[in-house]
Amino acid sequence: MLQVAGILAVCLLAIAARPAPNQSTAALLRERYLSPIEMAVSPDGTLLYVICQDSDEVRVLDAASGKILVSIPVGHVPRGIALSRDGNRLYVTNAWSDTVSVIDTAARQVIQTFPTGFEPSGVVVDYAGATLYVANRLSGDVSVIDLASAQEIKRLLAGRGASYLALSPDGKRIYCTHVYPNPGAFRTKPVSEITVIDTENRRVVERKPLQNVAGVFHVATSADGKLSVAAQLRPKNLIPLAHVEHGWVFGDSLTLFGDDVGSDAVQIPIDELDRYYALPWGIAITPDKSKIFVTTAGSESVTVIDVARLLKTVKARGNALANDLSASGEYVVARIPVGHNPRGVVLSPDGKRLYVANRLDDTVSVIDTKSDTVTSTIDLGGPKNVDALRRGERLFYTADFAFQGQFGCSNCHIDATIDGLQWDLEPDGFGKDIVDNRSLENLAGTEPFKWNGGNPDMPTECGPRTEKFFFRSQSFTQQQLTDLVTFVYSLPYRPNRYRLLNGDLTPAQERGKAIFERSQAKNGAQIPETNQCTYCHSGPKFTNQKQIDVGSGKSTDRSSVIDVPQLPNVAYSAPYLHDGSARSLEQIWTVFNPKDTHGVTNDLTKDELNDLVEYLKTL
Amino acid sequence: MKTKLWLIFALSVMASLAHTQDMPMFHWENFTTANGLPNDHMFCVLVDGNRVWAGTENGLGLYENGGWKVFRPDPETKEQSLGHQAVLSLALDKRTGDVWAGTMGGLSRISAGRIDTFTQLNSGLSNDIVYGVGVQGDFVWAATAAGASRLNTRTGQWSLFNNRNTPMYEIWTYAVSPAEDKVYYAVWGGGVLEYDTKTERWKDYNDPDGETEMVVMKDQGLIHEITTSVSYVDKILWVATYFGASRYDGRYWHNFLTKDSGLPSNFLNQIKGIDANRAWFSTDKGLAFYDGTNWAVYRPALDTHKPEMLVRDATGVVKKVAVRSAPAHNYILGVDFQGEDIWVATAKGLSHGIRQKSSIETAKAISTKKSDKK
Repeated sequence: MLQVAGILAVCLLAIAARPAPNQSTAALLRERYLSPIEMAVSPDGTLLYVICQDSDEVRVLDAASGKILVSIPVGHVPRGIALSRDGNRLYVTNAWSDTVSVIDTAARQVIQTFPTGFEPSGVVVDYAGATLYVANRLSGDVSVIDLASAQEIKRLLAGRGASYLALSPDGKRIYCTHVYPNPGAFRTKPVSEITVIDTENRRVVERKPLQNVAGVFHVATSADGKLSVAAQLRPKNLIPLAHVEHGWVFGDSLTLFGDDVGSDAVQIPIDELDRYYALPWGIAITPDKSKIFVTTAGSESVTVIDVARLLKTVKARGNALANDLSASGEYVVARIPVGHNPRGVVLSPDGKRLYVANRLDDTVSVIDTKSDTVTSTIDLGGPKNVDALRRGERLFYTADFAFQGQFGCSNCHIDATIDGLQWDLEPDGFGKDIVDNRSLENLAGTEPFKWNGGNPDMPTECGPRTEKFFFRSQSFTQQQLTDLVTFVYSLPYRPNRYRLLNGDLTPAQERGKAIFERSQAKNGAQIPETNQCTYCHSGPKFTNQKQIDVGSGKSTDRSSVIDVPQLPNVAYSAPYLHDGSARSLEQIWTVFNPKDTHGVTNDLTKDELNDLVEYLKTL
Repeated sequence: MKTKLWLIFALSVMASLAHTQDMPMFHWENFTTANGLPNDHMFCVLVDGNRVWAGTENGLGLYENGGWKVFRPDPETKEQSLGHQAVLSLALDKRTGDVWAGTMGGLSRISAGRIDTFTQLNSGLSNDIVYGVGVQGDFVWAATAAGASRLNTRTGQWSLFNNRNTPMYEIWTYAVSPAEDKVYYAVWGGGVLEYDTKTERWKDYNDPDGETEMVVMKDQGLIHEITTSVSYVDKILWVATYFGASRYDGRYWHNFLTKDSGLPSNFLNQIKGIDANRAWFSTDKGLAFYDGTNWAVYRPALDTHKPEMLVRDATGVVKKVAVRSAPAHNYILGVDFQGEDIWVATAKGLSHGIRQKSSIETAKAISTKKSDKK
């Protein structure tokens, strides 16, 4: 009987682990969740603008009553919002349309749309209302858009995964953060930066280094301009993750900079010794600089920090704070439970109310900043039914399942993508079996999983493996695992920015395609079928789902056999190879294929290799 | 007595300046390792406002607020540091302030202190020896030992241009001058290549005398195949070679040789056009300026090594101008401008030419400098 039940359970999981056969039809029939992610408040405090990521709209609310006044359609996957100083213009970035929608707040409609870089996220407008700055996550830069001419006049190099911007109160500086660490040497501590832009000459004038930081989210500046705060993660990816119970895998922390803390930036933890507050995301500082509010997106709460006590601690201890989790007791004064996956926050102009976007509840929590309590929760009018996808998404984003609430899936898969890090996951010794973080887009049909193909399906990948090696805590129930797998399998491809709109290939891409598909070397010799690109990278996902030794294994790997990775959107997921040792696509062949075991490439000229790269970027 | 002598000296300066018309005069201040330059053997210099970048044989120097900061490769951070200690070329993206450094180990971007190095192994760059670099809009053009490379900074796409897709029969590209309509390459031993940004077609310009050192067909085309530098400004192409210089207006060529111009040498390392008529020439025998009619040469005298300024007028008459300072060495590799001042890369240091406003001011400045030292 138990055996039958076991078989039945496996079958059910297998069914759940595959995408619905008519997913597009199912998606059409499914009511769309809203997924509020960021907000803005009108200068007089009467209106609340909420961008809804999944319904592609801005909902305008009466701030006092919470009543929805109007919904304004924008582009695909809106992510960032900014209001002009006079409140007449609202700017919304559309991450998957690569545009900014300009909304006339009086007419409550989109009046202009500007093109941006790849995956626009954060946005600010300067005080003069003349220049718009947009952080582009995928292109890692900031678009500088002249509003009068409606022209993007230049791009400024920012950190990898540039995402959030803050304008200093005097209007002279813009601070930009980024969600993936900057490129660095293999197996070295991650380094991020606060990119400082001068609004007068519209140039980057400084990059404040953030040592041992990967994943920086919102940044905010106090009204007096003397204290800026950025939310961030401090990962320990260089030592085995099996050490979860010995201390933090991710330190949830803040970087402070500005006159209040001196010339150097200071990192401070918000975790406690035995409890973590995962994924610090949104930041707000009260106008009187008495408190800092931080949403912890993985812990469904808002952390409240007393600024006077914080600065006293910083003055006494400086940067020695970063790894001392007991320090938070000196300045964290409250943890306020809110909804699922709280993200953006915004204060009313008088600083008395804090609005928190609960992304996976379709609600906004309203917090009284004096008492640090939730006074009301605004229902944005999303679907009332919480379906498997939504349940799975909540599981993906919560840190509840890890030991001491340290982290969740989305710590490494930021916004369900990658983290740009290479991890030492298993308890097999330091530096063994290093793995690069793979993308999660459209995974159905790419099984098995894990770098060596050791996990045959997604339930194994997300279930026992995660419990054993990652969370070291409670396991998912069968239903939860099914929901989680359903969600992970539902993640679509992000738009590919390297394909021409008409579907044609450029001449370079055409030449690259011919190289990718060739069966003969340039000297006319036949390339063995198993060493042709299209042998391993075949099928709709460009993987034959097999495990093959292509000579890219390292002496520190237990096995030289590597699972063939899928290639779609490969341009977004640097670095490469199973362990991330190839820092660019080129290095796969220029450095790690000396004997032509990973395809025949050593007969290619540099031009031809460039063509191959251009083609791969279109997949 | 000393004051009288200085008055006589100043008057003689003024008298000689009367013949120099508007030829610029400078007071030269020189930098060497003794006062912070990373190395005396310089390859290039770049000015960005108050900042001066010095590309040397052993490091990239940044002169700012009266002090030097030095960049060199870092084995720890590898590609997040300078590609190589020998910095051959520099270019400024005027829109962003990013500086691009062509080195003997790749192309490095220095952006507000952050460095990313592109090499032939980690990127689409054709070769790690980057003799020249230039920025035009979103494109960065590199002149390498294996042809031309172009990086689209928005998409990350590299395009390579060489003997397979251009008339470049020699792939040793030495310098590049990109502009909105045209991009010119100096190809060492291969003349000049022109890229039309609208048609995306290449065209080559060669010496009608072939690969010889004879000049039979003067002003019929490029002066020589061994080109070292190009400068395209106001739709005029200026070209430096090891055997003279050329100016091309799109229809006619005019060549400059020592025998019939004020050039101090036919061996040129760099040429920099100011506009259609004026240009600076970096030679192995001094720095020369041409204003369309007259020539001026600045250098330590070849025999005495004392500061020297020569002015040659339209009739070919050469006069010496009394000067108290000169560039650090007469082997000049490159120049850049800071307002009316000039910065000069030499084989033995970096020189800052501080422009003297007029002949009278020049004389005053010279005597004042001397007075200061008393």
